[in-house]
Amino acid sequence: MSIKKFVVGCFTDEQVLFSAIKKVRSSGYKIHDVYTPMPIHGLDKALGLRDTSLHTAGFIYGITGTLTALCGIGWIFTSDWPLNFGGKPHFSLPAWIPIMFELTVLFSAVGMTLTFCYLCQVAPFVKKHHFHPRATDDLFVMVLECTPKNNEADMSSFLGGTGAIEVNVQEAETGWWLGTYDKDRKPFEKKKASLA
Amino acid sequence: MALLKYESQVRAPLVDGNKDYHQVTEDIIRPIETNPSKLWWVGFIISIGLLCFGVVSVYREVAYGIGQWNLNKTIGWGWDITNFVWWIGIGHAGTLISAILLLFRQGWRTGVNRAAEAMTIFAVICAAQFPLWHMGRVWMFFFVFPYPNTRGPLWPNFNSALLWDVFAVSTYFTVSLLFWYSGLLPDLASVRDRAKLKWRKFFYGLTSFGWSGSAKHWQRHEALALVLAGLATPLVLSVHTIVSFDFATSVIPGWHTTIFPPYFVAGAIFSGFAMVQSLLVITRKVLHLEEYITLEHIDVMNKIIVLTGSIVGCAYLTELFVAWYSQNKFELWAFMQNRVNLHSPLGWSYYMMMGCNVLSPQIFWFRKLRRNLTVTLFMSVIVNIGMWFERFVIIVTSIYRDYLPSSWSTYYSPSVWELGFYLGTFGLFFTCYFLFSKFFPVIAVFEIKHILKKSGDNYKEKMTIAEQEPAEEFAHEMLHAH
Repeated sequence: MSIKKFVVGCFTDEQVLFSAIKKVRSSGYKIHDVYTPMPIHGLDKALGLRDTSLHTAGFIYGITGTLTALCGIGWIFTSDWPLNFGGKPHFSLPAWIPIMFELTVLFSAVGMTLTFCYLCQVAPFVKKHHFHPRATDDLFVMVLECTPKNNEADMSSFLGGTGAIEVNVQEAETGWWLGTYDKDRKPFEKKKASLA
Repeated sequence: MALLKYESQVRAPLVDGNKDYHQVTEDIIRPIETNPSKLWWVGFIISIGLLCFGVVSVYREVAYGIGQWNLNKTIGWGWDITNFVWWIGIGHAGTLISAILLLFRQGWRTGVNRAAEAMTIFAVICAAQFPLWHMGRVWMFFFVFPYPNTRGPLWPNFNSALLWDVFAVSTYFTVSLLFWYSGLLPDLASVRDRAKLKWRKFFYGLTSFGWSGSAKHWQRHEALALVLAGLATPLVLSVHTIVSFDFATSVIPGWHTTIFPPYFVAGAIFSGFAMVQSLLVITRKVLHLEEYITLEHIDVMNKIIVLTGSIVGCAYLTELFVAWYSQNKFELWAFMQNRVNLHSPLGWSYYMMMGCNVLSPQIFWFRKLRRNLTVTLFMSVIVNIGMWFERFVIIVTSIYRDYLPSSWSTYYSPSVWELGFYLGTFGLFFTCYFLFSKFFPVIAVFEIKHILKKSGDNYKEKMTIAEQEPAEEFAHEMLHAH
C-alpha cells in the first residue's frame, strides 16, 4: 500500500472516451482504470483487458454441485441407510435428477457471486477511493497513473486535449485492488481496419 | 455520424421524452430522496394491518393445530397449498423477465425487470409460508434438510417430489435474490454518490458494497449476469415443473397427469405477468415513471398474457379430452362429475377458472385494449383470480369426493383463520413492495442508460439521418468507432 498520484479526466460521451483511450494508450501513458455509470460494450477491448474467467469458475462450481448431490444421495441411499420403496432399486438415478439439477444451479450461482465479490472487492463496509461522484451518474472518468517517467502537468494537458471536460490531479492510497490489472492488460496494437 | 449502438426505426422507443444520462438518474432516484406521498402511507398502513391479521391467524394455527383451517381427513390440502402454488406461480415472472428475456436480448425488459424481480422474491417468501406453517409443528421444519442427525441418522426421502420442492424453491429464492441484488449494486452506488443526508450516505454506502463502476468490474458484472441468466432460465422452468410433480407423481385422479409440467409453467408465467401488470400500472403512476414504463411495455406484457392464457386454455381442453380418451372411470369421474358438472357442490369453481383464464384474456387480441391502462389493471386482477381458482380446482375438486363416498359429506369451506393467513401474505407482500419502492430504485437505472442511445426517443430521431447514409460509409465509420 502506497500513496500514488493520479490524473483524472472526465468525459461526457462514449465516442470521445473511446478515441481518448486510443490516443492515451498509443502515446504510452498508463491508464489506471476507467469508471463508467453503465457497462459499455467494447470498453474492455479498448483498454486491452483480457476476458474474465468467471464463466469457467461458474462451471467448476456447477459440476461440484452436481457431484455433491449425486455422491451424497448415492451414499445415503445405497450404503448409509438403504430404504426399500416398493422394491425399487436403491440406486434410482432418474428420481435424483431434480435435486442434482437444483444443487448444480445453487452451487454455481452462489459460488460465482462470491467470486465476483472477491475479485471486485465489493462487500459491505469496504471503503474505496472514488475518483468522481458523477462516475455513477453521467460521467465517464478516465484515471491515469503518474509514473516517475512523466509529469502530471503534461498528462493533464494531454488529457484535456483528448476531449475531457474536466481534468484534476488526485492522490489515493493503493489497496490491492488498485493497479492489479497490469498483467491483465495486453499491449496496444495498431490494427488495420478492414471491411468484412 | 459514428454510432455505438443501432436499432431500427420500426421499433417504438423504450424511453420517452428528451432524456440524457443525468436525467435518467434524476427521474428514477427522485422518489427515494423525497418523502413518500399520502397514497404510499395509506397503502403501507393497510398492508401492515393485513400482515397483523396474518400473524394472529398463524398464531391460532400454531397454538391449536391445522384443524383451525377446517382441513379434514378428506381435504388435507385446502386453501394453504392452493395459495402456495398461486404465490409460487406469481414468483415466476420476475426471473422470466430478467433471465429469459436477457438471453433473448429483449430491450424492453430493462424498464420492468427490477420491480418484477423484487416481486418474485417477495412472492416466493409468501409462498414459503404455506408449506412451512402447514407442517403443524413448525419448530421442526429443519427436519426437511438432509444433515447428519441423532435420529438414526434418518434422512429425508430424496425420491419424493415434496423434497424436490424444498430444494427447488430454496434454490430459486437464493438465485433470484443474488440476481436481483447484484443488479442493484451499481444503482445503489448511484444513490450513494448523490446522497446528502448522513444516514442515507451510510445506508447506501453499506448496501452498495463500495461499487465504483470500474471497467473490469463491469466486465465481470456482465459475465455474472449472463451466466446467472443462463442458470436461472432452466431453473424457472424447473421450479413450477417440480411443483406440478407434487401432484403428477401421485395416483389421485385429476392429479396424475403427464401434461402438468408445461401446463403449470405456462400458468405461472401467465399469473406472474398479471401481477407485474397490477404493480407496474400503479407504480408508474404513483412514482411518475410513465416515460420509462411506457404503453409499449404494457402492450408487450399483455401479448404474453394472451399467449400464455391460450396455452393454459389448450391444456385444460387436452386434460378433458385425455380424461375421456383414457376411459378410466375414476379419471372421468374427477373431470366430468367433480369439475364440469355445474350442479356438483364445487362445479362453479371450474367455470370461474375457465372464464377468467381462457375467455377473458382473449380481449387482448385488440391493440387498443392492450394499451388501455384501466382494462389492463382490471384484467390483471381477473387473471389472478382465475389462476387462484385453477389451483383450487386442481387441489380441492380432485379430493373432496374421492374413492370413499362415505367421506363425501365433509364439504370443505375455509375458516376465517385460513382466510386470515392468506390475507396476511398479501400484507407481507405489499409491505415488502412498499418498502422496496421507497428505499430502492424500482427501475434498473444503469440498464436504462445502457439502452438509452439505442432506444431513447430523442436518439432514435437522430438515427434517421444515419439510416439514409450509404452502407459502405456507415460500416467504415463503425470500424473506426473504437
